Amino acid sequence: MSKLKVAFFDFACCEGCQLQVYNLEEEILDLLEIVEPVEWREAMSDQSDDYDVAIIEGSITRVEDEEHLKAIRKNAKTLIALGACATIGGINKIKNNFEMQDVRKYVYGKDANMPHLDTYPTKAVNEVVKTDYMVHGCPINIKEFSYIVRSLAIGKEPKIPNYPVCVECKMKENVCRFEYGEICLGPIIRAGCDAKCPSNGMWCFGCRGLVDDPNVNAAKDVMAEYGKTLDDLLGKMLLFGNKQEY
Amino acid sequence: MAKTVNIKVNHVTRVEGHGNIRLRASDGKVEHVEWQVPEAPRFFEAMVRERSFEDIQTIVSRICGICSVTHSMAAIKGIEDAMGIKASEQTDKLRILCHYGEQIESHILHVGYLVAPDLLGQKSVIPLVKSHPEVVKTIIRLHRLGNTWMEIIGGRMTHPVTLKPGGFTVLPTEEKLRVLKSMIEDAIPDLKTLAEVVLSLADKLPDFDRDTEYIALTGPDYYTFYHGDIASTDTDEKVPIHEFERVANEYVVPQSTAKWCKWHRDSYAVGALARFNLNAERLLPMAAETAKKFGLKKGACNPYLNNVAQIVECVQVAEHGLQLIDELLTNGLKPEPVKVEPRAGEGVGCVEAPRGILFHRYAFDEKGLCTKANICIPTGQNHGNIQKDFEALAPQIIDRDQDEIRLLLEMLVRSYDPCISCSTHYLNVEFV
Repeated sequence: MSKLKVAFFDFACCEGCQLQVYNLEEEILDLLEIVEPVEWREAMSDQSDDYDVAIIEGSITRVEDEEHLKAIRKNAKTLIALGACATIGGINKIKNNFEMQDVRKYVYGKDANMPHLDTYPTKAVNEVVKTDYMVHGCPINIKEFSYIVRSLAIGKEPKIPNYPVCVECKMKENVCRFEYGEICLGPIIRAGCDAKCPSNGMWCFGCRGLVDDPNVNAAKDVMAEYGKTLDDLLGKMLLFGNKQEY
Repeated sequence: MAKTVNIKVNHVTRVEGHGNIRLRASDGKVEHVEWQVPEAPRFFEAMVRERSFEDIQTIVSRICGICSVTHSMAAIKGIEDAMGIKASEQTDKLRILCHYGEQIESHILHVGYLVAPDLLGQKSVIPLVKSHPEVVKTIIRLHRLGNTWMEIIGGRMTHPVTLKPGGFTVLPTEEKLRVLKSMIEDAIPDLKTLAEVVLSLADKLPDFDRDTEYIALTGPDYYTFYHGDIASTDTDEKVPIHEFERVANEYVVPQSTAKWCKWHRDSYAVGALARFNLNAERLLPMAAETAKKFGLKKGACNPYLNNVAQIVECVQVAEHGLQLIDELLTNGLKPEPVKVEPRAGEGVGCVEAPRGILFHRYAFDEKGLCTKANICIPTGQNHGNIQKDFEALAPQIIDRDQDEIRLLLEMLVRSYDPCISCSTHYLNVEFV
């Protein structure tokens, strides 16, 4: 069996999701048996346009990046969005709450109009090109990443959880964050993170995005039980998934 | 040998983010050499406005996947400063400990995965899996130590969950601290092995000195990444972190989306070598011994030696980490719930990221909503110095083969362990 040729590309992001690939530690050695990285700027000096799978990290915020992404899409048989910046625009979408001229001016002051500092409202990868698979999260869950890559290498369709974080949180036997008087996005956000945040004393920020068909009625019931409304819940979607459709 | 050189490297590889190198020479004379940063700017300082003080560290941690603990901690310190909160001794110790996990993880990633291929004549770590399997396995074990270390205290390897203004959402158990202690003890032989491997390759590090101003935190009683004042190798003055703008003097240049910095000279350097140059006498015995083996002494000004200083720091944080765990276990971990009441105010947080000193400044209104932010990133502080190094190095090596010139310039950039996402985020090299 020939190895799956994989190329990594990154746009506006912290590169923390690529970093998770290193964090597979010894498992990287196993993956290299079935996958051949042909371009990965953060790790390798090699470059190539000949790849089966393009893995895209980061959001699109500039015209030139949009062109680059479209060229990658043409080369790739399969395109994967890696991490929240790529899948839902992530933290970068907070910028879209402001006028672009305002954010440029705030950060760069009198130099704000220099052409290389240009920016437009943040887009997720699938707002620019067709996206075949998404590895959700900020950061991604490395086990899920490895599973998706292994599935593709053997021609299997990966199954991504489409139930809310509450399911995994309950399995961890955590006390519900609502019991602490907090608003947690668990009821409407896609599981697959092992409920990392609620298991460590924090509410769910929603970094994996909404489940495909959020059970709004159930979420309403949960909110009512704690004297809150659905709007309170949606109002918490400030950090990730800003301006997501729901 | 009179010759023409055109080097154009777009997106230097094996660094975090995007940067370009441009070099043009004719008749053996360098006409143009430039370090460019075309990374897509991300506007964090604008994005945190109107956000609650409780969400700030969650947002700014995403500036950088490699130094997310550092960014979280700098933000938290800035918020606490603004809200008039003093962290307890236990909280400080646990934070420093968590941060040490990130130092190890980041330094090992840099020396092991990004720099080692240069020293062994390869384009990436992947061929080393076959040619140097034991070295790669040692690197992987140490890398995992750093990650597990962060996870035990911070709840997750990247983008910590448990760190918050006032303290921690949950404390690690004493049992987990004991596990961490034995993991660190078990890793000491690996650290020694890595130091020996790098020592055996040290002659591959280019011989290039350039007198440089180095800037780092300094404190009276230990090799600090967390407490203390700002110090420079150019002066005896110690500047309180609240006055960091007086040190950084940020400015915008056309070849970079990251701001550049200067203090007493046209540029300065931050990072492991800067910390070593300002604090070497406070290294613990094993770390001091490691520095001695490499012949690394205060006053070193070869930027490529930053990689050696990183190895010394890995030993230092392992050694000090063990001490901190002992102290925490002796005192016993106590729950210390802190309810932070928002108030209007302004504050500064400063922490040494693996790649150098990091400053965050915030202002909040009476509801605790952020009204102002200024973040000054270590790699941004190094960009100007990389340019000055280029200008000094290029004429010295211009007679060499074009590929070798290109490699030496790329290695120079890598030696700074740049985190260009942090400073905006991108690296290309162009020889034009």
